Amino acid sequence: MTHAGRAQPTGGAAAIAEAIARGARSPQQIVDDTFARAHEARAGADGLNAFLWSDERVVRDQAAALEKRLASGDAGPLSGVPVVVKDNIATLDSPTTCGSRILENYRSPFEATAISRLRDAGAVVVAKTNLDEFAMGSSTEYSAFGRTKHPLDARLVPGGSSGGSAAAVAAGITPIGLGSETGGSVRQPAAFCGIVGVKPTYGRVSRYGLVAFASSLDQIGVLGATVDDAALALQTIAGPDPQDATTRDVPVPDYRQALTSLDGVVIGRPREYYPEQLDREIAERCDRALEHCRALGATVRDVSLPSTDLAIPVYYIIAPAEASSNLARFDGVRYGLRVADDGLRAMYEATRSRGFGPEVSRRILLGTYVLSAGYYDAYYAKAMQVRSLISRDFTAVFSSGIDVLFTPTTPTPAFAAGSKTDPYDMYLSDVFTVTANLAGIPALSLPIGRVRGLPVGGQILAPHFAEQRMFGVAQALERALGSEADR
Amino acid sequence: MSISLDEVRHVASLARLGIGDERARIMATELTSILEHMQVLSKVDTSEVDAATALAQPGMRLRRDQGPPIQLVRPPASFAPTLRDGFFLVPRLATHEDPEPAP
Amino acid sequence: MSTRESTVTSSLQRAPSRLDYEMVVGLEVHVQLLTRTKAFCRCSTEFGAPPNVQVCPVCLGLPGALPVLNEHVVDLAIRAALALDCRVHLVSVFARKNYFYPDLPKGYQISQYDRPLATAGRLTIEGDRGDAPASVGITRLHIEEDAGKSVHDRFPTLTAIDLNRAGVPLIEIVSEPDIRSSRAAGAYLRSLKQLLEFLEVSDVSMEEGSLRVDANISARRVGASQLGTKTEVKNLNSFSAVERALDAEFARQCGILDAGQRVIQQTMLWDGVTASVRPARIKEESHDYRYFPEPDLPPLVLELDRVETIRRELPELPAKRRARYRETLGLSPYDADVLTATKALGDYFEEVVRHHRDAKAAAKWVMGEVRAALDASKIDIADFPVRAADLGELLDLVRDDVLSGTAAKRVFAVMAQTGERASQIAQREGLAQVRDDSALRGWIDQVVAEHPKEIARYAGGEQKLLGVLVGFVMKKSSGRADPKRVNQLLVERLGA
Repeated sequence: MTHAGRAQPTGGAAAIAEAIARGARSPQQIVDDTFARAHEARAGADGLNAFLWSDERVVRDQAAALEKRLASGDAGPLSGVPVVVKDNIATLDSPTTCGSRILENYRSPFEATAISRLRDAGAVVVAKTNLDEFAMGSSTEYSAFGRTKHPLDARLVPGGSSGGSAAAVAAGITPIGLGSETGGSVRQPAAFCGIVGVKPTYGRVSRYGLVAFASSLDQIGVLGATVDDAALALQTIAGPDPQDATTRDVPVPDYRQALTSLDGVVIGRPREYYPEQLDREIAERCDRALEHCRALGATVRDVSLPSTDLAIPVYYIIAPAEASSNLARFDGVRYGLRVADDGLRAMYEATRSRGFGPEVSRRILLGTYVLSAGYYDAYYAKAMQVRSLISRDFTAVFSSGIDVLFTPTTPTPAFAAGSKTDPYDMYLSDVFTVTANLAGIPALSLPIGRVRGLPVGGQILAPHFAEQRMFGVAQALERALGSEADR
Repeated sequence: MSISLDEVRHVASLARLGIGDERARIMATELTSILEHMQVLSKVDTSEVDAATALAQPGMRLRRDQGPPIQLVRPPASFAPTLRDGFFLVPRLATHEDPEPAP
Repeated sequence: MSTRESTVTSSLQRAPSRLDYEMVVGLEVHVQLLTRTKAFCRCSTEFGAPPNVQVCPVCLGLPGALPVLNEHVVDLAIRAALALDCRVHLVSVFARKNYFYPDLPKGYQISQYDRPLATAGRLTIEGDRGDAPASVGITRLHIEEDAGKSVHDRFPTLTAIDLNRAGVPLIEIVSEPDIRSSRAAGAYLRSLKQLLEFLEVSDVSMEEGSLRVDANISARRVGASQLGTKTEVKNLNSFSAVERALDAEFARQCGILDAGQRVIQQTMLWDGVTASVRPARIKEESHDYRYFPEPDLPPLVLELDRVETIRRELPELPAKRRARYRETLGLSPYDADVLTATKALGDYFEEVVRHHRDAKAAAKWVMGEVRAALDASKIDIADFPVRAADLGELLDLVRDDVLSGTAAKRVFAVMAQTGERASQIAQREGLAQVRDDSALRGWIDQVVAEHPKEIARYAGGEQKLLGVLVGFVMKKSSGRADPKRVNQLLVERLGA
């Protein structure tokens, strides 16, 4: 059984790029290895079902174009690095289905800024990956094209909504994957699959080309076999974009600087993330990780984020509300599925009822309800106000001498497919991750051990635009944990 | 705070989601149950919060009034369900110029 | 006691008349702003392109596209708000107005809701106010984007959608319900149009669709302080349609109230063909727009500096200009009105005055010959071949008696065709006024010879015929004779 750790036959991203630049390996060779690995891991529909699209011919064309570039001396920091991309991020040479029937055959006529930046850096997009439909879900079970299987155990979910990208990276197919975060959709699957997942600060990465779910929460996130892979990927795609008015004009520092010690670093341990009923083994793994941090010179302090238990209700009002508006454009008029019927209204309804799955419909209904006349104040307006209280908790803690926070990423390891039938029960798996989305702060999950044989993640939370600090601590911890992360 | 079947139908209509009665009934139950969990928010004191400025960010960045426009790598014909003479087509909408329907 | 009862009783006693009621009207005006690119994307706003060519992911509402606001939209909106004496809010917020319509690509319109750009302004009603108040309050002015165009009659059973206009920037100007008559509504619209035209923020043409009007109207008993139920009137495609529609709807509402019934809040459509209003056929279900702040756009935060700069750079507004024409240039109220009708006309007039100095002469010519020439060739003053300075020069020639008034008109006609300068034309066509006495006497002699009757009558005491005789000499000279000198010489010749 292949260990779904992070052993990459192609090597880490930086190593690949360096080998390519040196001429030691060629882009086509990397593509060979990648497809071989994908075949071995059965990434397609007959196996993991991580890939929704992967066209070898198109990928080889990319590799050929890259070879031309390299010949003229133009080598980017990600030259030849294979990446997988969640299928809600627009690409030109492949479909962008968002895991939905309503976009089943849709090819975007423009490309996401993050993708352009990856390509400019020399990366090769080898596949579009599976996701919960329109990124709404925590298990990738809500995809219209079948669920993705956990690389370690096909009965389990890889997490969601970026389950396809997480599974692909965990299966060793590529060192880097792009996903998207709205409530934890990169970190949670990263934790379940035993890899690194990063949500950047809101406004750090352009959303231009990311199909919107909840605009005030969405960010493109990165999955990496290691912290360094994730850092390199984020480094490449981060930065202000004139096409996205919510990006911030903040310079992108070097995320790959490793910290050799954590002397002087103060790590907060928020008690609300270590409740009584937290899985004992997960709590132990977290405490072990914190021990490593202490050994590196860090101080660990107990802190409190009192509004934490309000996060799920707040999230599940704001996200569906914005989603109900963002998904109104899927009406069969200009693109995507159209189900003809008697008259315009009937066409809208038939198209949308046929095109959207049950979770998406549920969230659209919920979102429309909480925005509707008579309910707006009590629900949406109230949730936005409480959101700022959640945000304030972090501001207060980070300005009281705390550098980063450390928490479990998820309350449980990967669960069995089909085991969460109550929608709200599914929502609760986001309990430790949604706060970062609500506050807009960056967060990173890295593997910190195994619980009952399955990977679990520890989460580092940092202040706005403090990714450099976040990566630094993550690098140090990753190194200190070593192979313990797989035990 | 429970959602009635009528409310579900009304909301489905606002959202142009054609959902059948069966599904509407299920939705009413599910949404009611989900909204139960939201009630906790009504007890939270938010008197000192100004939501609009709460997500403290600097003001909007504006752009110059000039092109070039974003190019579509493929024209509407490549993704439109139906196009004729360059127009997107939908079933004809009743307009105020139409003759009154017979009583 | 029910209203119905009392009204029925009173209707038996006397026929209630419309004079018992007053109309209360508020107007919502949508104005397309003159920018090169759309509000939220860089697509061109030019007219006339084939359908769905001036589109991009943003204005098509493609998945993953995002809006980015055009700074010129903000500047023009601020300009309009300041000219309307509004309070410009340094922080305003965009909001989504959610509804489904095929020419609304995102399924929502980006607009402003409870934190608009400007509020609490006032429009001074210009010119012939009639029964309009001196000014009308402006409740608010906000920025929003336009939808595309739906064409219903091009293909049978289908509606054709063109999104070239989707995303074009608009400002919506909402008036207080201060308007009390249809004529006042017309006066308000004319003043507003003139003001916006002066500001060069829009073409403000109802015909072209850059100015659209919706009206809210209710009726109440004269002297009542409470507002009645209002209806919205749409499909108004000219100022006169607005006036007629308001009268028709007012009459309808009065009829209802007279019968003791309630006016139902609904949307009415004006039918220009039958000159009547009727309820909107399309069942406008209660529009729940579910407004919420636009998450893709941070709040619009304006520097006070920017606003003050725009305020400083505001052009002279119509009222100010009219006053200046009257007080400083000494023009009559009528002339001042005509010359301030558009900014371009006034600018042209002033340029002529800058050259020629005699404002009254300049006014006469601009109001007369220039406007006639523009009408005849159906062009804008911006495209007029006669430059203002050149007209000034022509007027100088008249003042200096180099050209007679008649000759000047002929020269002007040529100038309007060719754009040549007056002196050039006069030279070439030999139209310069002849003041040479011997030449004049020559023509006078001819006239005297040819018109013995008139000469005799003049000699017999009909002094008035002098003008006629002068006219004959002018004709003889093809308009070139100096009429004043001719007059003098004739008088000498014929005796006092």
